[in-house]
Amino acid sequence: MADPILQVSGLSLRYQTRHGEVKAVEDVSFKLLPGQVMGLVGESGSGKTSVAISLMRLLPDNARVTGGQVLLDGRDLLSMGFEEVRSYRWHRISMIFQAAMNSLDPVYRVGDQILEAIETHNPELTKREAQERIAGLFQLVGLDPQLTQRYPHEYSGGMRQRAVIAMSLACQPDVVIADEPTTALDVIVQDRILRRLKEIQSDLNMSMVYITHDIAVVAEVTDRIGVMYAGKLVELGDTSDVFGSPIHPYTSALLSVFPSIRGPKRELVTLPGEPPNLIDPPAGCRFHPRCPYAIDACQTEDPPTVERGSHWAACWNPLPVQTGPQETSGPVSLEEQ
Amino acid sequence: MTVSSGLPDIPSAAGSPTPLVRVESLTKLFPMSRGLFRRPSAHIHAVDDVSFELFEGESFGLVGESGCGKTTIGKLLVKLMEPTGGRILFQDDRDTAGGQTLTDIVDTSGKDLKEFRRKAQMIFQDPYESMNPRRTIFDTIAEPLSVQGIGSPPERMDKVRDLLELVGLTPASTMLFRYPHELSGGQRQRVAIARALVVEPTFVVADEPTSMLDVSFSTSIMHLMSGLARQLGVTYLYITHDLAVARYMCQRIAVMYLGKIVELAETEELLSNPLHPYTRALLSAVPSPDPAHQRDPVNILGDVSAPVNPHPRCRFHDRCPMAAPQCYVESHPPMEDHGGGHLVACYRV
Repeated sequence: MADPILQVSGLSLRYQTRHGEVKAVEDVSFKLLPGQVMGLVGESGSGKTSVAISLMRLLPDNARVTGGQVLLDGRDLLSMGFEEVRSYRWHRISMIFQAAMNSLDPVYRVGDQILEAIETHNPELTKREAQERIAGLFQLVGLDPQLTQRYPHEYSGGMRQRAVIAMSLACQPDVVIADEPTTALDVIVQDRILRRLKEIQSDLNMSMVYITHDIAVVAEVTDRIGVMYAGKLVELGDTSDVFGSPIHPYTSALLSVFPSIRGPKRELVTLPGEPPNLIDPPAGCRFHPRCPYAIDACQTEDPPTVERGSHWAACWNPLPVQTGPQETSGPVSLEEQ
Repeated sequence: MTVSSGLPDIPSAAGSPTPLVRVESLTKLFPMSRGLFRRPSAHIHAVDDVSFELFEGESFGLVGESGCGKTTIGKLLVKLMEPTGGRILFQDDRDTAGGQTLTDIVDTSGKDLKEFRRKAQMIFQDPYESMNPRRTIFDTIAEPLSVQGIGSPPERMDKVRDLLELVGLTPASTMLFRYPHELSGGQRQRVAIARALVVEPTFVVADEPTSMLDVSFSTSIMHLMSGLARQLGVTYLYITHDLAVARYMCQRIAVMYLGKIVELAETEELLSNPLHPYTRALLSAVPSPDPAHQRDPVNILGDVSAPVNPHPRCRFHDRCPMAAPQCYVESHPPMEDHGGGHLVACYRV
């Protein structure tokens, strides 16, 4: 097996707030191999975006990394000095933000914003070379190169998202982190952008961490997925294995709460309760208050790792192995109303 | 204005249930002007000559992409906006003896309007913006009662408690005097549902009530809403961009594109046998939660435009993979029944 390009080990992160310390990310570890696309899925507040922004060292002032390492070519991003991090950002590791959020500056032409990143990280390029690269990037993401001279407000939502993808590729990074890049878009536009992103990823053999709450998008885009719940990584494995036979009851619930337009109409499953408050998370497994399979040990002790081939989960009472043909999603129903 | 039912222009199956709402040639244009005191230079045809019926007790889905006019229809139907043209006929239950009558709500005012406002309610998309942060949950839910002058204060308190129980915010006594910021998004949306239902409406427009919520909340809100519809006999106009949500919430679905309904059918029929090329593209663009599933390519050209003074041709002709010369010359195709109430507006079907 190839050496991982990115290795996260034991990452823990807390936010200081007026109400107390939020234990947002707890002991998260994973590896990303070259050319691999890994999905991080979970609901709001599960810590997936916190993991992403710590990989970019873009944490807000009230955040504190309490442990762990993020190794990129064997160098720990978390212990680097500020200037050194700047030399890594965009150049080695970059991020595709949700374009609906304000990731483009409204008062600069879109091309100039990308030019700025290239000038900073590739000072050896002449302006003409940099502009040629931007035109090439626009073609790559399916935008007319003439649009570099336009302002963000002249773009539609889909065009803005393409521009943000072009920007993330500007300095030819090895690792790209995509944070919900299509969440705000209509399905037809989403479909085009996902297809283009997959093509670019395989053409450039790019490694990617893809963050989303949308199970269907993860199923289509990723090779591996990590499922996060309440700040912890609860299950990690090859996408087909995790979807085919989830080990953790939360993963199974997440797969079955998603309504689908295809296949026979299944009974819609709901997941009772709410995610815990991470100022004072539950002891033991953080999912135990909502878990229909919880046993006594779940309430007090951290769950052990259950391994099945390429795939593991942290659970005291794992689901049995699924064999044979399956329905499109996990068959476990938690509460049918 | 009161008109009798039985107008012939909308195809419907014989012996069909009674319509609660009948929309006829509904149109809403928004003027666009360049500059503050200029005359409008063009109009956005947000809703353009749309007709359909909502049957009593059904949940009718309105599906389409951003900007297709689905929310505008929702607002027109509860009279939060005045249409540019067309009629909205609402079942009038004051005259129960001699069969049902339909009243045009476009011109209602005064007492009739107030009565209509009690019968037709709306649930908004964003539970963070649709509530006054300075009001308690009790004040929020009881306001429609005081506006309508229903019940004495103790009766209102009882009513609000009952509704909190009904929407699953229990125990009600601990919820009554909380403020919206103390609640999660899912709980707020339950409050919004309680507020809509407190005046016992017959018709509720739900505008993307689950799209801002996390999956585990959204399915429970969907369960709650469909349970309440059965229990209370409420008719929903359910607006959503998500076909999977519409599949679970609605008996019939209408697909909109740039201000027009292009296809209308029973839910499973629409999903399994889409006829309009836009519906087909929309369905094939929905990602599949099965890693082994290979979707068909999405067959649609170009990008969506704004319906600013659109040509009278088919709205979809410039993006349609099967457009024929006819589509470039003739006016927008009429809705035609292709069997079992499956209506499609397309020359090529």
